[in-house]
Amino acid sequence: MDQKTVEKIDRVVVRFAGDSGDGMQLTGSRFTDATAVVGNDLATLPDFPAEIRAPAGTPHGVSAFQIHFASRDILTPGDHPNVLVAMNPAALITQLGAVEKGGTVIVNEDGFTDHNLRKAGYTSNPLEDDSLDDYQLFRVQMTSMTVRATEGIEGIKASDAQRCKNLFALGLVSWMYGRPTEPTVHWIEKKFEDKPPVRDANLAAFRAGYNFGETAELLAVHYEVDPAPAPPGTYRNVNGTQALALGLIAASVRSGLGLFLASYPITPASELLHALSRHRRFGVHTIQAEDEIAAANMALGAAFSGRLGVTATSGPGMDLKAETIGLAVAMELPLVVVDIQRAGPSTGMPTKTEAADLLMALYGRHGESPLPVVAPCTPADCFAAAIEAVRIAVTHRTPVILLSDTFLANSSEPWRLPDVASLPEIDPRFATDPAGFQPYARDDKLARPWAVPGTPGLRHRIGGLEKEDGTGNISYDPANHEHMTRLRAERVARVSVPDVEVDDPDGDATLLVLGWGSSYGAIQGAARRLRREKDLKLATAHVRHLNPLPGNLEDVLRSYERVLVPEMNMGQLSRILRAEYLIDVESYTKVDGLPIFTADVMATVTERLA
Amino acid sequence: MSGNGSGNGAGPVELPLTKADFSSDQETRWCPGCGDYAILASVQGFMPEFGVPPEKIVFVTGIGCAGRFVYYMDTYGMHGIHGRAPALATGVAASRPDLSVWVVSGDGDALSIGGNHLIHALRRNVPLKILLFNNQIYGLTKGQYSPTSEEGKVTKSTPFGSQDHPFNPVSLALGAEATFVARTVDTDKKHMAETLRAAAAHRGAAFVEIYQNCNVFNDGAFDAVRAKGQKEQNQIRLEHGQPIRFAADGERGVARGADGRLELVDVAAVGEDGLVVHDAQRQEPSLAFELAHLAERPTGPTPIGIFRAVERPVYGAELSAALEEARGKVGSPELEALLHSGDTWTVS
Repeated sequence: MDQKTVEKIDRVVVRFAGDSGDGMQLTGSRFTDATAVVGNDLATLPDFPAEIRAPAGTPHGVSAFQIHFASRDILTPGDHPNVLVAMNPAALITQLGAVEKGGTVIVNEDGFTDHNLRKAGYTSNPLEDDSLDDYQLFRVQMTSMTVRATEGIEGIKASDAQRCKNLFALGLVSWMYGRPTEPTVHWIEKKFEDKPPVRDANLAAFRAGYNFGETAELLAVHYEVDPAPAPPGTYRNVNGTQALALGLIAASVRSGLGLFLASYPITPASELLHALSRHRRFGVHTIQAEDEIAAANMALGAAFSGRLGVTATSGPGMDLKAETIGLAVAMELPLVVVDIQRAGPSTGMPTKTEAADLLMALYGRHGESPLPVVAPCTPADCFAAAIEAVRIAVTHRTPVILLSDTFLANSSEPWRLPDVASLPEIDPRFATDPAGFQPYARDDKLARPWAVPGTPGLRHRIGGLEKEDGTGNISYDPANHEHMTRLRAERVARVSVPDVEVDDPDGDATLLVLGWGSSYGAIQGAARRLRREKDLKLATAHVRHLNPLPGNLEDVLRSYERVLVPEMNMGQLSRILRAEYLIDVESYTKVDGLPIFTADVMATVTERLA
Repeated sequence: MSGNGSGNGAGPVELPLTKADFSSDQETRWCPGCGDYAILASVQGFMPEFGVPPEKIVFVTGIGCAGRFVYYMDTYGMHGIHGRAPALATGVAASRPDLSVWVVSGDGDALSIGGNHLIHALRRNVPLKILLFNNQIYGLTKGQYSPTSEEGKVTKSTPFGSQDHPFNPVSLALGAEATFVARTVDTDKKHMAETLRAAAAHRGAAFVEIYQNCNVFNDGAFDAVRAKGQKEQNQIRLEHGQPIRFAADGERGVARGADGRLELVDVAAVGEDGLVVHDAQRQEPSLAFELAHLAERPTGPTPIGIFRAVERPVYGAELSAALEEARGKVGSPELEALLHSGDTWTVS
């Protein structure tokens, strides 16, 4: 049967691209699940337009999904796809530039009509001229083969059938890379359980694509990617949003505090609201508020009432929450503010990533209003970072900003599931004793008592007006304000933060690459390749706590001749480091709405060490 | 004194409750003669009768003179930021249905900067008792016109007179689908107590507009319904199920005219049977709207009392209790199962 060649490769990057109505995200996530089951290491990156259905066939309506999978440990979704699946000319024209030279381009030939070519901006058909000569081009009539495969299924018209062409593409690529069909078949059967005709059409399309790969002479080679060696354990694939939701639920269970999330719909943070809204079994209370300000206030009201108050937003939503976060600073209540950063200013590019809210998180409120800031570094790390944010908020009675970004939120990777018993326990330490109770009394961390309504004998009033330390009475006393301002700063400074870990294999590097947030994978990947391929000496470290900064950070920075800080902003952490330590760190900045890629870091390090 | 952390007597409150149990030891700092003093006394005086222990009560306020109210009540309290009290209070009420949650706000706080939160708390029917101290002026910022100031109002910020058309707070609340809407007057102790009693008993959001005199920046704004010698003629007391009559000996009344609109009439001219009978419990709000617009400004005969009191499902109460119950049943094993849900694979 199999006269085809099987070639073993260790890694491949595939990008599916089509119209935003073509189901490319679904295709990508199904392919991802099948890949996870094989045991490859993987990382994914969806890339979709802000418009729900931009005019069909136009370049700005293109939706894409990239997956990088390998037989070894990988860290990013990959810079340049080896394979592009383009469902129409717009997908081809917008995505081709990213594809590696000599890479594979599989097109849905049926999508290349004169009309679609014009809409995409082609003056001649790229399938007919020489513009794809640098690539291995495969022309597949996906739409018509899908329609033929679904003929005879009762209740399915040709127009319905055409909508299954993404499953044909999925089947074809699944064959090419030896993905098992069971997870996809199982998923289709479950998803369309109540709609047998739709189920059968999708199954038929998927199988047709798979069988086409197996039988057509067009494709002579298919590939095997062995499972990646990974530490023993149970794994699942998660994106940053799912991991964050699970982390917050875990923190709720570990603290015994009911999780209360108030949010206003905004891209991309809405996904967290959706994810948590499904977990009523865990007592998760979600509210879709009337606006961003209300969402923050509802979460703060819930915190006052003894709940784990969380509000989540992106971009402009942070601007609107600023005043309420300041109130939480004054009230000294636990509150977690999740900021899924996106490209700004203003509405900016809602579906594109950026990490330019750091200075805002640290300083974006009037007056002296310090608070802790935590940033996860990988999609799976969002789980631990959420628990860490809750630990700090509850232990130190303070609002905490969790700085994720669009890339982390949407990107996925395998996650080795932690043992629940190993997760930190978080003790809310509610005040209950009326003897000598004062609402602004201090413990050794300078945290005040959390006395929730309903507790007899602890009635008190708190608010945004300056308070006398101890009693919490309104105070305009100059000495008290000076004291309280310094106390609020010291309270945050006393938050315990683990030391930053340095990766310097031979201990003789002169250059330290210091990152924060989602650049982790690119920096680590670049460092490995630069050491292996170019024999360059460089050390890496990643900052997870942006406030307070790790206690050993200054010593680490001073122990290297040069420090390079890559960031998806105009150099915000660099500015902090220079100001804090008077160390002249070098800045690499990227603000194009895309993640920092491994190649970006490799290029800038190579240039600097030349 | 550790005043903010306790009442006049520290520690748990003994029954029966008295007004003193609800009075904090903080010095009240409104201007002498401010209408807020009378409202505070009425609310503190009502609380013992309300029968809810002070630790189960939360007052939430925003910014403005009314915002200080929270510091004078010996209950739990949050003094929030400008306009956001209904949102803060929604967080409290939605997560803790065992508490009685009261919002105190002013016309600038509730109707200008916080208008959005007010209307959404009302349409959701969050179990909040919302007291709107309407003095038709910005007091704490020293006398700018407010969203309830009359057109042409001359203030520091409008030396040539305001061009803004004012809100009618009762009409606004009705428009926001509020289930309980009432109006009372700061100095009218008995009527205020009745109104608070009805608001407290209402299940869901209760909105009470209180005409409150600012004797410094807008003195006399409500004289028509507040001052001796005028109020007797001008307060149209709304009583559910009763013909609407007012003025001395009830000689005036509200009737439906030939064009279908409400009009003020001499009872002698139309007869008692010709008067409109107030029905606050009608689901359909048109009568309440008509009454709200009977007087666009409180400068003449003006309805006072409960415009609307209807039943609608209360926001969050059952859900919150169910969620807490659910949460009590999950622990590490359920969390473990949750983490392992979906497609997993094992590497050995």
